[in-house]
Amino acid sequence: MNDDRLELLVTRLESKIGDALTGIGIIRGELSLTVHLDQIVSVLNFLRDDGKCQFTTLIDICGVDYPGRGARFSVVYHLLSMPLNQRIRLTVKVDEDDAVASAIGIYPSANWFEREAFDMFGIVFRDHPDLRRLLTDYGFTGHPLRKDFPLSGHVECRYDEEQKRVIYEPVSLPQEFRHFDTESPWEGAKYVRDEATKTEADNG
Amino acid sequence: MVDPVAEPRKFTINFGPQHPAAHGVLRLVLELDGEVVERVDPHIGLLHRGTEKLIEHKTYLQALPYFDRLDYVAPMNQEHAFCLAIERLAEVEVPRRAQFIRVLYSEIGRILSHLLNITTQALDVGALTPPLWGFEEREKLMEFYERACGSRLHAMYFRPGGVHQDLPPELIDDIGAWCISFLPVLADIEGLLNDNRIFKQRNCDIGVISKQDALDWGFSGVMVRGSGMAWDLRRAQPYEVYSELEFDIPVGVHGDCYDRYLVRMEEMRQSVRIIEQCIAKMKPGPIMESSGKVAPPRRSEMKQSMEAMIHHFKLYTEGFHVPEGEIYVSIEAPKGEFGVYLVSDGSNKPYRCKIRAPGFSHLQAMDFMAKGHMLADVSAILGSLDVVFGEIDR
Repeated sequence: MNDDRLELLVTRLESKIGDALTGIGIIRGELSLTVHLDQIVSVLNFLRDDGKCQFTTLIDICGVDYPGRGARFSVVYHLLSMPLNQRIRLTVKVDEDDAVASAIGIYPSANWFEREAFDMFGIVFRDHPDLRRLLTDYGFTGHPLRKDFPLSGHVECRYDEEQKRVIYEPVSLPQEFRHFDTESPWEGAKYVRDEATKTEADNG
Repeated sequence: MVDPVAEPRKFTINFGPQHPAAHGVLRLVLELDGEVVERVDPHIGLLHRGTEKLIEHKTYLQALPYFDRLDYVAPMNQEHAFCLAIERLAEVEVPRRAQFIRVLYSEIGRILSHLLNITTQALDVGALTPPLWGFEEREKLMEFYERACGSRLHAMYFRPGGVHQDLPPELIDDIGAWCISFLPVLADIEGLLNDNRIFKQRNCDIGVISKQDALDWGFSGVMVRGSGMAWDLRRAQPYEVYSELEFDIPVGVHGDCYDRYLVRMEEMRQSVRIIEQCIAKMKPGPIMESSGKVAPPRRSEMKQSMEAMIHHFKLYTEGFHVPEGEIYVSIEAPKGEFGVYLVSDGSNKPYRCKIRAPGFSHLQAMDFMAKGHMLADVSAILGSLDVVFGEIDR
């Protein structure tokens, strides 16, 4: 995509919806906006209907988790304009106990994307007609893509011969979960270091 | 006794998860009024493996094989998107020969996927011969996969910076010979289906999608082309060497299941054209970037040089670091726009990798498309959506 056209689009967006944005920029040929949480629906509406934007296809909505940050989650929207052949990315920051307005009224296809973000991160979408879990098991608890959710999960299921049904049990790992600290192979993996310091402390 | 004044009763039935026409593990909860579908509630996630979570815990190279397991019908196309994302973030140049090889194998993937889809769609509506003929050709293509990378399915052949190994000249000759022998087979399959009365009765005017519907529901690939929009990422936002290659974009007129079938048929012919051009234009040369950013040094170098050995060791233990930033890269996968949204924090592992699967958008429109159709049409519509659960459930 050529950058001149995107520059023009940036100026237009700044003049039309500049108040709703907290950031705008072109990085690696991609146009990115950061939008105020309470303005997302009006911004999406503008981007779809404006003649110079025509972002009529919703490509994706996804969450990103930043546990250390003030507003924990980012919700990232990717839009595509087939008539004008351009793309745009919107980011909204939202906290754990806050909610994002649903985009279903503008793009019907937002439905499953929002359900997935709710399932995976626990991000709540206001006015969503059917905010159920989508990908995880029936009766699942927790939000697996959060950074504080363990990779091995909390429960595992198996068929129990005695009870003649599938049962759920807490995860038991026969072998300890090995985390390889591949970042610095020259200094030795972390658990080896820990063992070494522990024995030294015991002896001393 | 039938009570004449009683409310007509509606049926709720389960379609799947073990239904042969469900194309994998899909559970559709259908609400029926007689034989007319009133509501479809797809329950997905039965094949959910937490791919995105696993990728966050692996180095970039270790994360690559997960992409083979998404749309397992055309594995290399998925790897392609991930490799492109890494290359754009790390600003790595791919050598020309590698670009041709990638395009060549992407098109083989497209034929693999379309062959499977068309023939199983025919099977869903009652024809048994097309799968038998189509799978013979798929078998040959799988062999080309095997000869390039040693594996029929989970290739792991496209690597950041290029492709893993060079193609032997005999393999390229054989692919060229296959292109010539494939066209008559395609014509034979067309001869079975194009004017087949049953196939047309089951597919014409079924699951009609207008242009506006296609936009609203976030469709891409064959689903928009079947509705008359000439949208193809290979043409609109070209990547690799697609801008140098000649091919046509077939479009449908009515936007029904039959048009989508025709579009897929024609796309296979165009893929053969692209493969032939790739073979003709491919020149000998390097197949992996040589700056050493993401690719290991050559074996012969490692026998001589200590630094090369250390470099190799570092790349396969620690992996390479990708500069901080975010990128969205999409490719024209056989099923539509396959995208990877990659967030890097500058470490050797992806911070977040969202996989945008085309089938996900298509399947969620199932309720909209099947409403008002007969129960038997559900499998025809599902077949024309071309869903594979590896990529939808992730």
